[in-house]
Amino acid sequence: MKEQVYLYPIWVRLWHLFNALLFLALILTGLSLQYSNKIFTLIPFNYSVSIHNISGLILAAAYLFYLFGNRFTSNGRYYRFETNKLFVRLAKQFRYYSYGIFKNESPPFPVSAERKFNPLQKLCYIIVMYVLMPILIATGLGLFFPDILPNKIMGITGIQFVDLFHISTGFTLSLFMVVHIYLCTIGKTPLSNFKSMINGWH
Amino acid sequence: MKKLFVLSLILLLSAALVPDKITGRSVEHSSENSRCFKCHGKIVYNYFNKVQDQHLTKRMNPYFVIDSVLFYNSNHKSLECFDCHSYDYKTFPHNSELQMELMPTCLDCHEGDEVTANYHFEKINEEFLKSVHYIRHPKEFTCFMCHNPHTYKINVRKNENIDETIIYDNNICLSCHANINKYHLISSNKNPNIIKKHDWLPDQITHFAHVRCIECHTQTTNKTLVAHQILAKDKAVKKCVECHSQNSMLMASLYKFRAKESRNQFGYFNASILNNAYVIGANRNYYLNVMSWVIFGFAVFLIVIHAVLRILIK
Ligand code: HEC
Ligand code: HEC
Ligand code: HEC
Ligand code: HEC
Ligand code: HEC
Ligand code: HEC
Ligand code: HEC
Ligand code: HEM
Repeated sequence: MKEQVYLYPIWVRLWHLFNALLFLALILTGLSLQYSNKIFTLIPFNYSVSIHNISGLILAAAYLFYLFGNRFTSNGRYYRFETNKLFVRLAKQFRYYSYGIFKNESPPFPVSAERKFNPLQKLCYIIVMYVLMPILIATGLGLFFPDILPNKIMGITGIQFVDLFHISTGFTLSLFMVVHIYLCTIGKTPLSNFKSMINGWH
Repeated sequence: MKKLFVLSLILLLSAALVPDKITGRSVEHSSENSRCFKCHGKIVYNYFNKVQDQHLTKRMNPYFVIDSVLFYNSNHKSLECFDCHSYDYKTFPHNSELQMELMPTCLDCHEGDEVTANYHFEKINEEFLKSVHYIRHPKEFTCFMCHNPHTYKINVRKNENIDETIIYDNNICLSCHANINKYHLISSNKNPNIIKKHDWLPDQITHFAHVRCIECHTQTTNKTLVAHQILAKDKAVKKCVECHSQNSMLMASLYKFRAKESRNQFGYFNASILNNAYVIGANRNYYLNVMSWVIFGFAVFLIVIHAVLRILIK
């Protein structure tokens, strides 16, 4: 049996737990807002609005917490973006997921204390956490304080403009989440990554 | 003599040709009205006091001041003061008996009036007679309580700017519901605080700037453009989905006039609202929705194939 490494410090696990739960709440309420109608309601509109607002605000706070954590602990180093042979490395990982895994090859970038994420994972996490989440949170705050939005942006109302970005980003992140959960089943055993995210050891 | 005739003819013709917009009124009325505006157009007025044998300047009761600009922009710009008020107001001091004069109602002039037939005054009157205001205060509450006799100007029917219409219409209600002085003309009860009474509605500023009070407080019908039957408070719209849904009731009230033009433009449901507001639930985009489900379905499809292959090959 290989030696285990402590990869997920407690603050990452706590953040991640809250993040995941809030995200699920946001997706459910967000969907019921988007598809609000008189015949069938998943969650009544006014509850959706309140739950979505409160979850969004906590998510934003949690996100700040995550930023601080990555800035002031060593966890941040896993997110350092490296351009060196990026495409070659990405292609390698992609080939593994789409071909090698079926041939029982061993993963090209095994997890270690120096390398928590494979290149594909890393790129995704960087885009998700440092590009999409800020867009989602900023547009969400704009919709929470609609009075601060300009009346018109490029010919459409400010709320519509901001909302368009909010729902597109929300959709992309929901898509990410599904793929993310699935890819997490690719570990030593299908459940081992989830166990790691609970007890911290990989 | 002939010269004079031609000259007066030209004058007459030009007077007739001057479009309403420029003069704002038919010329013949202005001189009569300006007599009254001399005193009622300003916050002070002058008159000759016979007893003291001198000219005096006095304060005009601010409630009796009439803005001539607003008057000549109103629906009734072509009317004379005397069309509604007694001729006896010509004398000053006014005869105190005049305070008790009977004022004409809208219907006195508009019932059966062909020019304004498309406004359906009779139907509006029927609705008004069923409103809480009239039922509870039939003596005090008249059409003039909401339609200022000297400034009322139609909005929703002609004004392209819906935001302005909303402000105009809401100010009508707020003239009492946010103003204890006018409210007390009707009732001596305590004026309920509008902001507090609508606490259940989030983003009040956004809502009150984008919907009218009457959206929630009236029974809309096909007969009138502006519903006039104000309902009791327990019948007011409280369900968010009445507006925040694909068959939003806003399309039958505020956007009635535009409803037909562009229902579903560029895949947006109820697109005619979009110029002015983006109503969550009512303005979702069909194409974006379909696209998102297709992409999502495709991703799930790939995941399932991948998972099945992993299980089979293992
Ligand atoms: C010399 C100034 C003066 C002129 C001209 C004048 N008014 Fe007045 N009017 C007053 C004053 C002062 C009051 C308030 C005291 C009172 O009611 O007599 C008043 C009151 C009124 C009222 C309110 C009566 C009430 O108590 O409800 C009406 C209506 C009115 N005027 C109409 C007219 C009309 C119409 C004209 C034009 C024909 C006119 N006035 C011309 C000075 C004037
Ligand atoms: C369409 C009919 C109409 C016309 C035209 C009209 N008035 Fe009035 N006026 C009324 C009515 C109705 C009231 C009583 C309003 C009320 O009781 O709230 C009134 C009230 C008044 C008052 C008392 C203010 C008050 O709120 O009680 C004054 C002063 C007055 N009018 C002056 C004028 C003058 C001056 C003109 C001409 C420029 C004029 N009115 C034209 C219908 C009219
Ligand atoms: C003294 C008679 C009189 C009274 C009272 C009166 N109106 Fe009018 N109204 C007119 C006249 C005259 C016109 C000009 C249009 C026409 O030729 O019929 C008019 C026009 C209008 C218009 C149409 C404006 C346009 O540009 O199309 C509206 C709306 C209107 N009045 C509403 C009302 C309302 C509401 C009341 C009662 C609060 C009222 N009127 C009371 C005589 C009156
Ligand atoms: C509680 C307030 C209230 C009362 C009372 C009221 N109205 Fe109105 N009315 C409104 C509002 C608000 C509008 C919308 C004004 C606009 O945007 O043009 C309106 C519009 C109208 C219009 C124009 C509708 C159109 O199709 O453009 C007419 C005509 C009218 N009212 C007549 C009346 C008559 C007649 C009465 C009395 C029987 C009356 N109103 C009483 C609030 C009221
Ligand atoms: C002239 C003043 C006045 C105006 C203008 C006015 N209201 Fe009112 N309204 C009152 C008064 C007074 C009451 C209280 C009636 C009572 O219970 O005695 C009232 C009551 C109400 C109620 C409560 C009914 C209930 O069940 O207790 C509603 C809702 C309402 N108004 C809506 C409106 C709307 C919407 C408008 C504008 C289209 C409007 N009002 C314009 C004076 C006004
Ligand atoms: C989104 C719908 C909506 C809009 C917009 C709205 N109201 Fe209401 N209003 C309601 C409902 C629902 C109630 C009943 C609240 C309750 O009983 O808890 C109410 C209550 C009231 C009452 C009765 C208060 C009392 O308890 O006596 C008044 C008066 C009133 N509204 C006036 C207005 C005015 C004026 C406006 C416009 C500035 C307005 N409303 C806009 C839905 C609305
Ligand atoms: C009378 C129609 C109507 C009713 C009823 C209504 N709304 Fe709205 N709502 C609107 C309109 C119109 C907007 C304005 C959108 C804009 O400004 O572009 C809006 C905007 C909003 C917004 C978006 C503001 C933002 O941040 O972008 C929220 C949230 C909202 N409503 C929640 C609710 C809730 C919760 C309820 C029920 C308690 C409700 N609404 C009832 C018409 C309505
Ligand atoms: C129920 C939903 C979710 C589950 C079950 C889940 C599961 C996991 C697991 C098992 C890991 C550890 C494996 C790894 O490091 O890749 C992980 C890590 C991670 N997840 Fe999730 N996740 C969920 C939702 C999300 C969401 C919504 C986001 C972002 C918006 C997210 C972002 C991340 C990030 C950034 C990491 C790496 C954290 C670090 O170690 O620094 N996850 N997740």
